[in-house]
Amino acid sequence: MSILKPATIDAIKNNEPTLLAGWVANLEQGGALSDNRISRDDVSRQAKEFLALLVSASATGDAADLSNTDWAESRQFLETLSRSRAMQGFDSYHTAHFIFSLKRPLFDLLQKTYASDPAALSGELWAISELLDTLGMHTIRAFQKSREEVIRRQQEELLELSTPVVKLWDGVLALPMIGTLDSQRTQVVMESLLQRIVETGSDIAIIDITGVPTVDTLVAQHLLKTVTAIRLMGADCIISGIRPQIAQTIVHLGLDLGGIVTKANLADALALALKRSGLSVTKAG
Amino acid sequence: MDRIPILRMGSFLLVTIQVDMHDQLAMTLQDDLSAKISETSAKGVLIDISALDVVDSFIGRMIGMISGLSRIMDAETVVVGMQPAVAITLVELGLTLSGVSTALDVERGMKLLRERVQTQ
Repeated sequence: MSILKPATIDAIKNNEPTLLAGWVANLEQGGALSDNRISRDDVSRQAKEFLALLVSASATGDAADLSNTDWAESRQFLETLSRSRAMQGFDSYHTAHFIFSLKRPLFDLLQKTYASDPAALSGELWAISELLDTLGMHTIRAFQKSREEVIRRQQEELLELSTPVVKLWDGVLALPMIGTLDSQRTQVVMESLLQRIVETGSDIAIIDITGVPTVDTLVAQHLLKTVTAIRLMGADCIISGIRPQIAQTIVHLGLDLGGIVTKANLADALALALKRSGLSVTKAG
Repeated sequence: MDRIPILRMGSFLLVTIQVDMHDQLAMTLQDDLSAKISETSAKGVLIDISALDVVDSFIGRMIGMISGLSRIMDAETVVVGMQPAVAITLVELGLTLSGVSTALDVERGMKLLRERVQTQ
């Protein structure tokens, strides 16, 4: 339990302009304003707002425990700040620097306030230091969380983007796969392809793996699973786009793609699909 | 007790599974179907599982076995209308049903059966 002394809080309140000036100067020195991503006015406004929150919360709140309700507003402010910093493309250093650069001006202020009382000075220094450290950690955590959110969203979008099922002909579906095949993607691909087979009543599905960079045993297993599921539904599956390197890898690994019809490119696969459907392509005239 | 009806259509038998399959039902179907094939000397069996949306490994195996026993009794078997979720489940369970012929719907299944019987 370490609540700041009333004298400290009063000192912060009374010297707010000096503190803010010192803080913003420190921030500037740390390079927060070096490019024009964020303006000096914005930084000053945020600093002022946060200082007010800090004063009101530390009057009652335990400086060592940020999880209680006294600090809810400060926490929320920092989370919003971290998120906006993450969106603006600041790195974790600059985000955390917002809090840590308040240390110097605060310490100076404390030194002046408790010049005659070294014991009280060291106590308050410790309390303030601990408080700012915890707040800094919280900022970093929020920063990281918002970055992870961005990554997760991008991953989901990528997953959606990379599995289009296209109709090549009546009764012929094609799925051009792009990127590495892992279990999760295979699952999504399999589901969307099977669903489309049911919807369109297509007899033949072509999986084109031209965009799959490498085929290892795991990928081959995933492909086999998809082909088996398609066969169980009553449709046929052709795999196309086997590049020379991939063919070599498959043979060197000793993978058994027996039972799967493979073609070198999508055109050959379509030709086979048309032939199986009893269609033929002829030159007009 | 519940029974899955087995309908006769010319030289073919038509089985449509409209209820949730449980183990006893699958066993009864197996008995009924083999009796019916020998009774009618059917040339083909079409099993429609389009209404089946839950399978376990036992039911999956039974589908394979039913199709296997029909073949031994000289009746071609086609399983039609498997739902995507069922297909994925069977694959994940490692049941590839490699000896079973499949088709997308009843119409295509019938066409496949006719072709098979004609070529015999």
